[in-house]
Amino acid sequence: MIHGHRTHTLWIAFLLHRISGVALALFLPAHFWVLSYALNAPQKLDGFLHWAETPIVKFAEFGLVFLLSVHMLGGLRLMALEFLPWTSGQKTAAASTVAASTFLAGIFLLRAI
Amino acid sequence: MPKEQQMSVSVWRGGATGAFQSFDVKMEDNQTVLDVVAWIQQYADPTLSYRYACRVGMCGSCAMMVNGVPRWTCRTHVNKVLKDGHMEIGPLRNLPVIKDLATDMDPFFDKWVAAEGLHHPTQTRDDPIEAIDPTNAARVEINAGIECINCSVCYAACDTVAGNPDYLGPAALQRAWSVYNDSKDANKQAILDAVSGVGGCHNCHSQGSCAVHCPNELNPMNAIAGLKRETARNFFKRRT
Repeated sequence: MIHGHRTHTLWIAFLLHRISGVALALFLPAHFWVLSYALNAPQKLDGFLHWAETPIVKFAEFGLVFLLSVHMLGGLRLMALEFLPWTSGQKTAAASTVAASTFLAGIFLLRAI
Repeated sequence: MPKEQQMSVSVWRGGATGAFQSFDVKMEDNQTVLDVVAWIQQYADPTLSYRYACRVGMCGSCAMMVNGVPRWTCRTHVNKVLKDGHMEIGPLRNLPVIKDLATDMDPFFDKWVAAEGLHHPTQTRDDPIEAIDPTNAARVEINAGIECINCSVCYAACDTVAGNPDYLGPAALQRAWSVYNDSKDANKQAILDAVSGVGGCHNCHSQGSCAVHCPNELNPMNAIAGLKRETARNFFKRRT
């Protein structure tokens, strides 16, 4: 999919924004479903939270925090691109969103383990 | 005497449906992709159709897909694109193919008109010529856009055009942005209306392929961002 005319930074930033958006949209219903246990089945929620302490889930949450961060910062980048006066560092801005998101997700992981 | 070096070149033959045909072409020290196409047409197969005019990067006629990337072939050196002695040359993407490497450019130019990328005069030919300050901010903004040679490389590079045939595309929108910033233009509202419709500037996903591949290093994404700002400003101004 990424070949020919697409092999450049901003196209990959577009793809990352799209993938993170779809992944978060798929995650949210599951998230709200688990939250509903707090009202309907507290003991189920406790069981789930216990399971969520396992390392594999923590690692999955690292990915989730990265997706959330990269989608939010990427969105801010696009809004800045479209509504602020033009600046030349668009590739740097895109790379910075990935760097900042990796940093944030890394901090989350270090605090979680 | 060293053995004559050959390269293998796959060239698109046919129209919307067709296939790549392989040719062996002699390598030269200084050879552009257009030279290769011309060599094939002159020495291997005279029925090959392609389009060119100036051969020096001014007319914008000779753009083609080279290894999946849109390029001005007259200014693309073979050494830059040859991979393991092979390259693939096809007609420009996102445009109807007439035959072989020649595409129908009508949709591309029709969209310039649809984007109101044309002059709306404020004066008649009998009026004195209006003095324009070259250092004026709006005039400086136009500087880049007027270097466009209408080669359609940006249009072929754009995935938004590929996904939405109504999208006006980078070149037409950049032209609209140039005309919008022209102090001699009398109908800026017509431009904003034209570029904020179904196929307008808001379709752009800011993938930036237009700016990456523009042979003149222009930045249509910058122009489209400018149109997005102005149409948004115009929207809120009209509501108040």
